[in-house]
Amino acid sequence: MTEQRADRGRIRIRGFESEQGETRGGSPDGAGSARGGSADRVRGTRGGSTDGETSVRGDSRQWNSNVQPESVSGWRRALSRFARNREALVGLLIVCSMLLVSILARPIELWGVPIQPVSLAPYPPSEMLWLTQDVSAYDPPSAAHPMGLDGNGRDVFSRVLVGGRYSISIGLVVVTITSAIGIAYGSVAGYYGDWVDELLMRVVDMILAFPDLVLALVVVALFGNGYWQLVLAFSLFGWASYARVIRGEVLEVKETEYVVAAKALGASDRSVLFKHIVPNAVPPVVVLATLNIGTVVIGVASLGFLGLGLPPATAEWGTMLEGARDAIVQGPGGGIHWWVTVFPGGAIFAFVLSINLIGDAITDALDARATDSRARFERR
Amino acid sequence: MTLRRYVLRRILLIVPVLVGVSMLTFALVSLTPGDPVSRMVAQNPSVTAAEEAQLRAQYGLDGPVWQQYLTWLGNVATGDFGVVYGTDRPVSAVVGRRLPETVALGVFGWLFAVGIAIPTGIYAAVRKGSVGDTVSRVFALSGVSIPNFWLGLVFVLVFVLWAGWWDVRPPREPLTHPETLWHLVLPGVTIGTATCASIMRVLRTSMAEELNEEYVTAARAKGLPERQIVWKHALRNALSAVVTVVATLTAGIVAGAVVVEVVFSWPGLGRELVEAIHGHEINLVVAITLLTAVTVVVCNLLADIIYAVLDPRIRYD
Repeated sequence: MTEQRADRGRIRIRGFESEQGETRGGSPDGAGSARGGSADRVRGTRGGSTDGETSVRGDSRQWNSNVQPESVSGWRRALSRFARNREALVGLLIVCSMLLVSILARPIELWGVPIQPVSLAPYPPSEMLWLTQDVSAYDPPSAAHPMGLDGNGRDVFSRVLVGGRYSISIGLVVVTITSAIGIAYGSVAGYYGDWVDELLMRVVDMILAFPDLVLALVVVALFGNGYWQLVLAFSLFGWASYARVIRGEVLEVKETEYVVAAKALGASDRSVLFKHIVPNAVPPVVVLATLNIGTVVIGVASLGFLGLGLPPATAEWGTMLEGARDAIVQGPGGGIHWWVTVFPGGAIFAFVLSINLIGDAITDALDARATDSRARFERR
Repeated sequence: MTLRRYVLRRILLIVPVLVGVSMLTFALVSLTPGDPVSRMVAQNPSVTAAEEAQLRAQYGLDGPVWQQYLTWLGNVATGDFGVVYGTDRPVSAVVGRRLPETVALGVFGWLFAVGIAIPTGIYAAVRKGSVGDTVSRVFALSGVSIPNFWLGLVFVLVFVLWAGWWDVRPPREPLTHPETLWHLVLPGVTIGTATCASIMRVLRTSMAEELNEEYVTAARAKGLPERQIVWKHALRNALSAVVTVVATLTAGIVAGAVVVEVVFSWPGLGRELVEAIHGHEINLVVAITLLTAVTVVVCNLLADIIYAVLDPRIRYD
């Protein structure tokens, strides 16, 4: 009922609205469908979003009442849309505080020089407390140990705080590396087209045929385990999905008039590609990169859980769960030690959930940007 | 283009991908420092150099890499993946025994995912903004964010240890035994959750888009019952968005099998792969890795064919 009334309300500003309607209506064959296609692809990379187009539709009333001056850039408009999204801000808050906590968890020294002296974690993460204190393995949560002790008498709370360092930093490093490689690779394929494209994209097809976790498993099996081996395991093939997404965007952007104009003016391939095309093809990659942080964090934790991640005693979220599983399978000898499982896994879950909230919000914000700029373009 | 020609063309197109996939697998594994024979020799110092060379020849490890690849490819094409070094059993026998277990798990996971996701996704799109929609959105978002091995561990804590509905180590009957279905529930739900959540998210968006299209308005105007509009007209178009992500979802299920089988001690290929990696059983790792990629490629092909049936336009490109 409210929907209908809103529709009726639109009639008053008919000239304005019908233009917008035309842009949408034109989507099955124009640039709109190409963009829709790429959104599908982004969506396809596990847990991509979602409400893009529809939420734009739902918010069109809001859009009308807030017409902003033409001078506001699309990126800034996207940013302000993002800032108005409450879910995104909650996600951002959680991600930032987890990042901060993992940095502040234990003092950091670089070449003997203390860089970060704060220590939030009450105990060193690998200290077996039953050696020095009156505690035993698998003590349940208490005031002194809010998340209990694990099977080796270590403080789970301290370990969970420190654990973020590995997972989160690997996630960020991997996403930086893979998006850089993927953007370069995919934009070259899309720009030069023809057999270059054909060849480069067949390689991508090949890589994408493997589940990324299985590839990472094999790479770790070959190169052994450790921090940089994990980075390698997820970077070696992780760029392929970026390449595919950016290639699709480049194919679309390179047909636009300003690119044709730049070429006609004699700009070199490199400057056309990296000054004019790539900056305009990047938005879907931003979404993919955000969501990918979460995927890599889960991947690192999965390898840790399988005993193929960091060395066994490391306080990394997934590696902590490896021991937890053994404790479970050995049977409920002395009660159920749920805290050993629930807290490290809960930390991964909270982090990835927040990342996905942010990713969804970026999708919505950028989608609005695309729609707005297209609408503006049509109106001229 | 007729459907049959389209299908034939798609089948031909996957051949180069499969060849590339086999090269990539082989390249990865031939990078391993130290071949299996030197490892066997290290364990048994009494082996002479002549015996070592003979072992290498026996396992086909003495030629240059490309020659090893061609020999290997020829063998693989006939289903011969070599032997498991530790036990001397043929790899194909091990894979053959484990495969049905994993397929059962994967199919159960798919059915669970589709069975839950399609009605829920449609409901969420039709009743946008309702409480049910909000609940399903929260579930879908959690589902794509939760690490599946942790979900499995939590299930074990709650349903096995706390409620006691399942045994810690399920008694193993053959797959055909009816009780197997009961034991499939926990691992199957664990493996299907992420897929289910992804389908829900994609379907909710695409369905809501379809319901705003003009043909839906036209169908309503001519008085078709709403149920028929949603389930017959809109769903058919909305599903094509789901079909485009099938390859990713299959890859997710295959990768999920690796960790979920370890969590639940399910005797399938995923657990075999992890054990093979720990035990440096290269032939086994190669066979299973290759199989995962082939599965994804074939499922993608099936999805494309379904897509072409749903949406005849794509046959003309």
